Amino acid sequence: MTKFIITITFAIGLLAAWPRAQQQAPQTPASQQPPPQQPTELAATIEGGGGAAPRLAIPEFIALSQDAETVATAKTITEVLWDDLNFEREFAFIPRDVYSSIPKATSFTDVPFDRWRELNADGLVMGTVQKVSSGFRVEMKLFNVRTAQVVYPRQYDGSNARLFAHTMSDELHKSQRALNGVARTRLTFDSDRDGERMTGTVQNRSIKEIYISDYDGERQTRVTTGRTLNIAPRWSPDGRSIAYTSYRRGGANLFISNIFQGTLDEVTKGDKVGENWLPAWSPDGTKLAFSSTRDGNPEIYIVNRDGSGLRRLTNNPSIDITPTWSPSGTQIAFTSDRSGSPQIYVVGVDGLNLSKKTSESYCDRPTWSPAPFNEIAFAARSGPGFDIRVLDLVTGLTKSLTFGEGTNESPAFSPNGRHIVFTSTRSGKTQVFTMARDGKNVRQITKAGNNYEPDWSK
Amino acid sequence: MKAARSIALLVACAALLTAVACGKKTPPVARPTPPPPPPAETAPPRPPAPPEPAREPVSVPPDPVRDDAISSASLDELNKNSPLKPVYFELDSSDLSAANQKTLDEDAALIKRYSSWTVTIEGHCDERGSAEYNLALGERRAMAARTYLISLGIAATRLRTVSYGKEFPFDPGHDEAAFAKNRRAHFVITSK
Repeated sequence: MTKFIITITFAIGLLAAWPRAQQQAPQTPASQQPPPQQPTELAATIEGGGGAAPRLAIPEFIALSQDAETVATAKTITEVLWDDLNFEREFAFIPRDVYSSIPKATSFTDVPFDRWRELNADGLVMGTVQKVSSGFRVEMKLFNVRTAQVVYPRQYDGSNARLFAHTMSDELHKSQRALNGVARTRLTFDSDRDGERMTGTVQNRSIKEIYISDYDGERQTRVTTGRTLNIAPRWSPDGRSIAYTSYRRGGANLFISNIFQGTLDEVTKGDKVGENWLPAWSPDGTKLAFSSTRDGNPEIYIVNRDGSGLRRLTNNPSIDITPTWSPSGTQIAFTSDRSGSPQIYVVGVDGLNLSKKTSESYCDRPTWSPAPFNEIAFAARSGPGFDIRVLDLVTGLTKSLTFGEGTNESPAFSPNGRHIVFTSTRSGKTQVFTMARDGKNVRQITKAGNNYEPDWSK
Repeated sequence: MKAARSIALLVACAALLTAVACGKKTPPVARPTPPPPPPAETAPPRPPAPPEPAREPVSVPPDPVRDDAISSASLDELNKNSPLKPVYFELDSSDLSAANQKTLDEDAALIKRYSSWTVTIEGHCDERGSAEYNLALGERRAMAARTYLISLGIAATRLRTVSYGKEFPFDPGHDEAAFAKNRRAHFVITSK
């Protein structure tokens, strides 16, 4: 993994000089817009681009030498940074097609600020890419276009163009919008894309393996080689391990792949453990909640990640499955059909204070949001398929984020709570998509084969 | 001998019970043959009862062709066109219908006859359920079939279950005909 050396420290205090975009807010009726985000607070709701958001221009980063590698790196950084910043919708952007009318800068010293001002840009993100022995040195400066001053300068050393951009994006969001961006987070999901068949006595069964990718779907990489069903992966809170359900022992059991060490831990062992499904990490990463039939029918259990300290949480002759932890680690939400159809319930980790949270016709895969949101996303049957819904635990209100475009299942929140990854059949096969927490900004992540049960790293 | 007799009795009782249970609502769908009293045979109507070569008191005249076909087949061949018939379920349900019970009676007879078989009962679901809950629903379906087979006298140790939820559809289609095929308890002979 590329390590970045950060050579220039935060330019704290310059935020005050940041111009509020409200002054310019052209097309949208200003009275209906929420007040602009203060840099010190996290956005509680997201409105579409334009209006309240600062308007940025990101001209192509300047390659300081004309060799193909440097030129390509500068181009990639610019494109990825644009996508990364666009993803959180905290900034508006001066469209790229008007940049050609502006003379290209060759360094930080010949920037035509007056021209950018004419385009109503508030901020200008500029960068240079220099080839060095270890890879590249990238300098990035955020300018206040009005004052022509640098408000946020950074320098990075590394070799991975996408990672330069992801890091810049996260730092710009943090410094300018007090927001934890997700540009360096990752996804995991299971996929049948390899077309491999299960060995054994029943033919023609397509296996599934666990994959990881960057948050934007780039660098999709397979991490299991079980040649069996490996499904429902979940990132450990430290992002170093993935827990999942694997059939490599015949029945379903819990495994943990420690992806950077290349080691595998078996959490549920032995022949008296029944079927074991759908591990979910506790927020501190020390425990897993899961469902098991070891005592006769599917119940929720909690176990230490090394398989010790097993504790049963539910006791009911119906199905209890698909646990998820509250961000505080004190409660578990899960699916139970004890009322006759699958519904979402919440119980304390001590097994007390059970309460039913949904009255849908059928719902499953609860996923608790990270703080400060207090929500549970789930898949609810609606018409012939499923749609993603979100239950606000404070108000008790449920809203739909998808509306019958294909069937939509298996939601999981991004670590900042502003996005949801899920599967949908809207483009044909089952694919992984991301969307903003308001249901907008839908992006397709996977294209090969079928892809299922995604999770987002913390 | 004694053991065999009591098993036979048990089977007879179970079969009778089934017949009674079936008779309750659905008129004469029930099993066509009442269990004959002599040694262990429930005389299923369709698969004409190939006998186990050794050990058990044989009451049915051997049918050499069938016998060879099943006994000599490899596991792969057997499971490709399994003599054990699957049972199918309604949407969101793991209830065994009268037809299911009849199928399972026949499967049970075969499993008894080939007493060295161990069988894995797979639970499967259609794609209209959610991926996660379907894992449990499939398990419930497999367990329903297993419990019924055990009630017919099959040793529990010979019957394993596994649920595949909606992971392995038999028919990849997206219509009711496909869904109906995919909601099943499917039998795989895992050793013979």
